[in-house]
Amino acid sequence: MSAFSTTDAIARPPAPGRSRGSSYWRDLDWVLVVAAIGVTIFGSVLVWSASRADMASANDPQSYLKRHLINVVVAMVLGYVASRLDYRWLRAYTPIIYIVSVLLLLVVFIPGLGTSIAGARAWIDLPGGFTIQPSEFAKVAIIMMMAAILAEKRDVESEPHDRDVLMSVGVAVLPILIILVQNDTGTVLILGSVALSVIAVSGARRRWVIGLIGGAVIGILLALQLGLLQSYQISRLTSFLNPAGEPGGATYNSTQARIAVGGGGWTGYGLFEGPQTQGKFVPVNESDFIFTVVGEELGFIGSALLILLICVILWRAIRIAMKADDLYGRLISTGIVAWLAFQTFENIGMTLGIMPITGIPLPLVSAGGTSMMSTWIAIGLLENVRLHSARSSLT
Amino acid sequence: MGERSNLRLVILSVLVISLMATLLVRLFYLQVITGEGYRVAAQSNTLREVATPAVRGLILDQAGRPLVANRTSLVVTVDRVTLQREPDDGAAVIERLAQILDASPASISDRLMTCGAEGAKPPPVCWNGSPYQPIPIARDIDAQTALSIMERRVNFPGVTAGLEAIRTYPAPFDVNAAHLLGYLGPVTEEALTEQGDSTAYDRLRRTDVVGRFGLESTYDEAIRGKPAVTTLEVDTAGRITKTLEEKPAVAGDYIVSTIDARLQHLVEQQLVAAVQRAQAQGYPGDSGAAVVVDVRNGHILAMASYPTYDPAIWVGGVTAKQYQDLMDSDALSSNAIQGLFAPGSTYKVISTAAAAREGFSLYSKYQCPNQVKLGTQTFRNFESAGYGPITLKRAIEVSCNTVFYGIADKMWNDAGGNDANRNSPDPIAETARLFGLDAKTGIDLPGEATGRVSSRTFKVANWEQKRDTWCANAISGYPETRKTNPGQADYFTALDRENCADGFRWREGDALNAAIGQGDTAVTPLQMAMAYSAIANGGTLYQPQLVKAIIGADGKVVKEIDPVVTDRVEISRTAINFINSALQGVTANGSGEAPFAGFPLAQIPVASKTGSAQVTGNKVSTSWFASFAPANKPRYAVVMMVTQGGTGSKTSGPSVRKIYEGIFGVSGSTVNPATSVLVDGAPLKRLPTVRPDGTPVAPRGKMSGQAAAPGGGSP
Repeated sequence: MSAFSTTDAIARPPAPGRSRGSSYWRDLDWVLVVAAIGVTIFGSVLVWSASRADMASANDPQSYLKRHLINVVVAMVLGYVASRLDYRWLRAYTPIIYIVSVLLLLVVFIPGLGTSIAGARAWIDLPGGFTIQPSEFAKVAIIMMMAAILAEKRDVESEPHDRDVLMSVGVAVLPILIILVQNDTGTVLILGSVALSVIAVSGARRRWVIGLIGGAVIGILLALQLGLLQSYQISRLTSFLNPAGEPGGATYNSTQARIAVGGGGWTGYGLFEGPQTQGKFVPVNESDFIFTVVGEELGFIGSALLILLICVILWRAIRIAMKADDLYGRLISTGIVAWLAFQTFENIGMTLGIMPITGIPLPLVSAGGTSMMSTWIAIGLLENVRLHSARSSLT
Repeated sequence: MGERSNLRLVILSVLVISLMATLLVRLFYLQVITGEGYRVAAQSNTLREVATPAVRGLILDQAGRPLVANRTSLVVTVDRVTLQREPDDGAAVIERLAQILDASPASISDRLMTCGAEGAKPPPVCWNGSPYQPIPIARDIDAQTALSIMERRVNFPGVTAGLEAIRTYPAPFDVNAAHLLGYLGPVTEEALTEQGDSTAYDRLRRTDVVGRFGLESTYDEAIRGKPAVTTLEVDTAGRITKTLEEKPAVAGDYIVSTIDARLQHLVEQQLVAAVQRAQAQGYPGDSGAAVVVDVRNGHILAMASYPTYDPAIWVGGVTAKQYQDLMDSDALSSNAIQGLFAPGSTYKVISTAAAAREGFSLYSKYQCPNQVKLGTQTFRNFESAGYGPITLKRAIEVSCNTVFYGIADKMWNDAGGNDANRNSPDPIAETARLFGLDAKTGIDLPGEATGRVSSRTFKVANWEQKRDTWCANAISGYPETRKTNPGQADYFTALDRENCADGFRWREGDALNAAIGQGDTAVTPLQMAMAYSAIANGGTLYQPQLVKAIIGADGKVVKEIDPVVTDRVEISRTAINFINSALQGVTANGSGEAPFAGFPLAQIPVASKTGSAQVTGNKVSTSWFASFAPANKPRYAVVMMVTQGGTGSKTSGPSVRKIYEGIFGVSGSTVNPATSVLVDGAPLKRLPTVRPDGTPVAPRGKMSGQAAAPGGGSP
């Protein structure tokens, strides 16, 4: 609730300008902020280590790191803005945000603007060598849109209307289909899980939840059966089941990643000392395979610390969802929890050889500006929900 | 918000917690439980070793003269990693290189292929080493070519012309010694298999060159030194990211041989002279050997084999044709340690020792008829001479076979004659075993042959091995031979029938033949030399040795090799003295008299025994001359033999005399130790010294042959 609301004014005597500002800083979930900053700094160090070998012969060997840090700063500013936006304004403008992000998803198909990386046509070229990945913003937009629809016009005790559930499924499926065409399978899986979680927590009837899970399974089976996926996609998805398969093929990345992580032992080889990392044996280890860097160079201690820091973020996010005073805030928080948790699990899981290999980054850790920004916007939204709940609880 | 929403949020939370817990468990499993295997995998991914062999140590003679040294050779090497960084993978560089080396580009590319790679030629053309190691593509190039490569480095990225140490044979006094020194060759597959998965930095590598025969082989580990090894870390493209460790090379140790180069040359010369003497008499004289031993410690002072070859032929790799020629000439094997020859009458010292051990009187007279008849067989004296009743000493001097037949016949009858079994006494064979004639001497050279002593047990073993063939032939009756020559077929069949039935039996004729070193007995010249040394030194059987010390390239003594006593022969002092005096008699007025006519025997008494061994299939006997001197204070044993060379006295004797003249400094009938071929007139007690630069200090006196370089500096 905004600080300018009348109820607020009645409940609390008008305070000097300074105290109004200080209530923002006081009510912020600092544990969440500190954990998110901690993970971001941790990630930056890993990006630095991963890019050293590749950038060793460049004019400015630190240029990659510098660009990453610029992304981090921009991302944090966006997060701050997201936390300060007016709650109602946010809700009101959600459809516009949603439509803009769907349009951005389509821009990647425009020749000359869209670009492919590792087989996925999921990026838009920007001047100055920057690229943005609209599907990252779409994650935020889908969560907000679904939350807005499912939380609309509801009696406190009743479940969402079937019409609203159907609509929320629709707003999720549209961007998911576009991303599927972009060949970004990993993001599709994450978004599917997010949508399912949001609908489940909205209180929709059990048949919706079961029906959607069944539909997803049938959809995956159909995709495999009808040959909708390219053979390399299938082999990438299944290679983790057969790690001893052909070396140099789809299993190469997975094998090299496991050699890197496994070799780390308890304490790792030391920062900048990992032979697999510095020898560039693990591909894209500054983004998708960033976890190999912490695994190899900082060992189990460092890797477990990073996972625990991410767990702190998830814990605070779940707490915010629990304590949210309205369904809208709860569903936004829930969507973010599902997003961060599933993406973290999928990313680290593929590095450790228990999940199929898909090209998705580790939130707050991997290099890649769009992912960094969308995740920090998510952190900001969590704080926004928290601040709203904190103020409401005072009334 | 409803209970349902709360419940589902809790379910989601539990799901999230279990996902994160799964990650931690999996992480722990990968890193802590199975981490070691991944660390090894990471190592094989990223660690590369570049090994440069150390300079091999020298082989010195007893006085410090290099017998084997190193010289530097200009070699062109190509670093494949650098080459592959060229835009065209180095094709242009190879083209230019081919032009300057006058070779085809394809031949250079072939050498740069790693063995086992697709399209690679078989070794030694393909590269057997690490791809991170510069690959030699041309050796012994001229300085001009090397210069033009080094001056135009831009045109030849990754190409280096450098120095490499290769073996050279300074040949002091034109010494050959090919069979002693041996040669180098690529490390064998067996040696690599034997060391297993060793990761020691000084392990053998596929590119290593090792001693394959002779002293180079026996002392390879010491001579080889330890390689310089650089451990590199490489990235996924094979580029070097870090140098982890640099171990400097440890130069190979020097081997101080017991051989004296000057004496060795004299012995080689005299062996050839003996062969020529045989050939001058119209005999084939096809092979021979000579050995000089220090009877007080078993040191081999000289050892020669005929025919021989130039040891330098192996340097830089022998061609297929050269190898075939070597094989055809029988020059590769050493007759001194690998040839087995019937010892003939030189074996009579064994029979005499056996007689003494069995209690035969050494001073009684024995009948020496010109022949002995045994059933249908006649056993003759040499040239059918008969001497009537003579002493045993005289029997040795004139080499009377029939006296020894008589002794052997009595021993045979005493043991039970034809009714004896395989465990019955066999005194002559037992004595031969005491002198080590049925075993390897244990010399520090590879490939030594084991001698064979004709005996009851040998006959049984031989029969067990051949019985089936004999019996089969006895039944079939040689049908092929019968078609053309029925008489011969009958004879063969009868022989095989007898052999099949009781070929194991130690017959009277076998016993007689054995007493004079005929029959199945065959020994190496080295075994005979060691047996005579034992008689000379009073009964100590030494293990012959060619190396007395290993010293560092800095001259520090690494290891002195003490004499090894193989056995003390059980024989009485009286018997030793008797044999000694009888052998002196041989030289003074017996079968060895002629070659030593005019030799100052009063000052240097020589004990000797001639041998002219009959060999089945050869028309001409094997000439043997076994000896030691000075007989009153024995120091040197000299044994020489020439196959199909005639008598010991005529063919080998004169050469043995020349060798003694060289050793003792005899000229005519005067003795002047100062003119001895040995520095100081005897083998040196002290070890050679080495200058700080690694050059050994050679003794006074001129040496012919090249001056020796110590190590040949590596690039």
